[in-house]
Amino acid sequence: MGRIKTIARRTFLIGSAAIAGGVAFGYYAYQKPIENPLLDGLAEGQAALTPYVLIDESGITLITPRADVGQGAYSVQAALIAEELDVRLDQIRVDPGVPSAAYYNGKVAFEGFPLAATATGFLADKGRIASDVAGKLIGLQLTGGSSTVPDAYEKLRMAGAVARATLLKAAEHKTGVAVAKLTTKDGAVILPDGTEISYTSLAPIAAVTDPVVQVRLKPVSDWRYLGKDMQRVDIVAKSTGTQSYGIDTVMDGMVYATVRTNPRIGGGVKGYDDGAAKAMRGVQAVVPITGGIGVIADNTWRAFQAALAVDFEWGAAPYPPTSDEMWAVVGNSFTSSLQDSQFKDDGDVETTLNEADILEAQYRIPYLAHAPLEPMTATILLTDTRLDIWTATQIPRFMQVNAAKLTGLDADDVHVHVLMSGGSFGRRLEDDYVQQAIEVAGAIKGTPVKMTWAREEDMTHDFPRPMQMSRARGSVKDGQVYAYDLGIAAQSVTASQLSRIGQPALGPDMMIVAGAWDQPFSIPHYRVTGYRVPEMVPVSSWRSVGASGNGFLHDCFLDELIHAAGADPLQERLRLCWHEPSRKVLEAVGEMSNWGSDLGANRARGVAFTLSFGVPVAEVVEITNTSDGIRIDKVYVVAEVGKIMDPVNFENQVQGGVIWGLSHAIMGELSFDDGVAEQDNFDTYEVLRLYQTPEIIVQGLENSTQIRGIGEPSVPPAAPALANAIFAATGKRIRELPLNKHIDFI
Amino acid sequence: MQLSVNGKSYDIDVEDDMPLLWVLRDELGIHGPKYGCGIAQCGACTVHIDGEAVRSCSYAVGDVQGAITTIEGLGTPDALHAVQAAWITHQVAQCGYCQSGQIMEAAAFLAGNANPTDTDIDDAMSSNLCRCGTYPRIRAAIKTAAATLRGA
Repeated sequence: MGRIKTIARRTFLIGSAAIAGGVAFGYYAYQKPIENPLLDGLAEGQAALTPYVLIDESGITLITPRADVGQGAYSVQAALIAEELDVRLDQIRVDPGVPSAAYYNGKVAFEGFPLAATATGFLADKGRIASDVAGKLIGLQLTGGSSTVPDAYEKLRMAGAVARATLLKAAEHKTGVAVAKLTTKDGAVILPDGTEISYTSLAPIAAVTDPVVQVRLKPVSDWRYLGKDMQRVDIVAKSTGTQSYGIDTVMDGMVYATVRTNPRIGGGVKGYDDGAAKAMRGVQAVVPITGGIGVIADNTWRAFQAALAVDFEWGAAPYPPTSDEMWAVVGNSFTSSLQDSQFKDDGDVETTLNEADILEAQYRIPYLAHAPLEPMTATILLTDTRLDIWTATQIPRFMQVNAAKLTGLDADDVHVHVLMSGGSFGRRLEDDYVQQAIEVAGAIKGTPVKMTWAREEDMTHDFPRPMQMSRARGSVKDGQVYAYDLGIAAQSVTASQLSRIGQPALGPDMMIVAGAWDQPFSIPHYRVTGYRVPEMVPVSSWRSVGASGNGFLHDCFLDELIHAAGADPLQERLRLCWHEPSRKVLEAVGEMSNWGSDLGANRARGVAFTLSFGVPVAEVVEITNTSDGIRIDKVYVVAEVGKIMDPVNFENQVQGGVIWGLSHAIMGELSFDDGVAEQDNFDTYEVLRLYQTPEIIVQGLENSTQIRGIGEPSVPPAAPALANAIFAATGKRIRELPLNKHIDFI
Repeated sequence: MQLSVNGKSYDIDVEDDMPLLWVLRDELGIHGPKYGCGIAQCGACTVHIDGEAVRSCSYAVGDVQGAITTIEGLGTPDALHAVQAAWITHQVAQCGYCQSGQIMEAAAFLAGNANPTDTDIDDAMSSNLCRCGTYPRIRAAIKTAAATLRGA
């Protein structure tokens, strides 16, 4: 075993050496080999050729450590490995693996640096390396920031290539035929006479074969799977009701539970009466947990009913109790002492705006819930020496550490089993629900307990997207946008979120200004300032994070300036844009939408652009102003990701992102009264339905050399493109979301 | 109380007012129908009672008067219903959590309307939410399924 372990370590180093070190900070630690977690408990005859490929007699398992929250992460990770390993996707199993530092994310930390995705040169390159170093140092196994494909693109193909080369070597050992005369196809080594030796039968030999570490990746032109339409590995299960999600976990002797905690988040409990609840059918126990109670029962519904029957005296919210009071806090945050960042400051904004006729506007956007359709749920088995957690999560390693702290167990005794997730949109970057479930399980040690939140608990205990306000000023000159000064006030998502996983948040929070400060426009006088609103309702990452709201704040006021200049909205954006891949995106959306053509009576279009997560996206929304309200007819979207891994999923992700963006722009809002979210289910927190959904026409471009992810970037331009279209159709400039506060929709 | 689910008969001992969803999920271990909202707003729990699509989260088990079909009874990976086959062809699902309900809604709808217009589809399927935004693919898959069911 010792030998195999050493070999596999070396193997993985090759697989992960795409970015060589050379930075001073953490150089030694960064260079240290990473353990291969698959080697623990490896059975006789199994070969773990890298941390990503496990082969034994029963088959080939590809480890896909980034969570699948619907974005197709399992499929694309498997495809990256499979392409080089030379196996078909219907020949393999996928498994999320165990939480391990080996599965660190080297890309996601870049979003936290004050470096634009479009930046080139020494500093930007150093930043990209530093992101990898930081990810590796802390074993940052995290799914988010549209980083799965950028992070995995080289790493997983290398893992597949190393595994294939080692299998070829094993075949040489077995047959005496030189590797040079061997080839592979569909999970087998092919001998010169056509005889096939399956990878699975080679596993015992491969396990004791020196790995082949000198491998070359296939040229793109040889790709069999990547870049072509693929069938998702989960599509049959998800179309037949046979896909098991976290909420479907069943174990022998399992009991069911739910929790009810103070909807004034963090307000605590003064007292409660559980007399009636305890007497209800099927209820086994009502147990106190942080901020409320858990109910253990023999059926989830009975647990729900009993939780509702508990009488509480709640503590007050540790934040302003009403939305109006919260808006006052946000509005008072545009001060020098709360200034968080000003990384965009071109020309001389102050002097220019003091001398010119200026346009001024204030925009605001509300708190928003993630509300994935599968509510938060976790199944726990806790004993005095071991904790097992079965749940859908984007942060298995942080969860392990938090759970160890909570229980007093060693992190090594905490086992996180990652399950399929019924949506997330960032919600499963938190582990509050798991900690609650562990508290409940503490009352019934040795018995597995499945804790499920009622929808009302989910909606009122979210860590929402923060409410935000912007104050914008600008001027125009000679028919062109001349000066643009944008101030954005928001709570820090990064600080709020990191505080819950025991990590410090240092320096400015780039999420306050993401999607605004880093836009590729050359405006002579151009400044973007972030202001940090004090923590109110704790907040977290919500699909496309800072850019989700800033796309609206930045692009709509740009649109106002363009109209003030009397310029064409598309042409002026193009004139201002210096970044070639972004220009191509704008040009393509103009062509696709036949920009400038007459749409007929009561119809109009709006364009918007946001570059987020390194992906420039332009959208054109076409609407009709009907007597029943605004109808969205069509959306044209163009996005640049460098290389499209799977055109089918690319289109699905882009369309889904547009619908997500439109839905919340039109009707999404979490408002607060008495410290409690006023929307607690989908009857009040409404979302877009099929009859309101436009036709969405998608085009992907591959002009950039940077490989990017597509789970989020189509979200930010959707809201401003719609608002800009409404202005074009009605002359009404709506500066607050949701838009349906100001105009009717069909 | 007797229940017929996917052609099988079950004896159950639960309160009359327990929603059918929780009988299926927690008493019978049938997990295709999903819990999303509990108030008949999202449709993730949709099942058929005598071929009619109902929201099992808001349907008291005591009121059930007929044969229940869940997604598991509609078709299987080896013997797909036309709607499921269309869902696979169009790769509708993202997270997939709502899709059991979408498919059950679509199957009941197409059983009563072999040649739906776009408006018919919009009207019928607007009862079911999808947070991932797979609506364009749902539209396309229903048209394919309708054609298959018509024998076209």
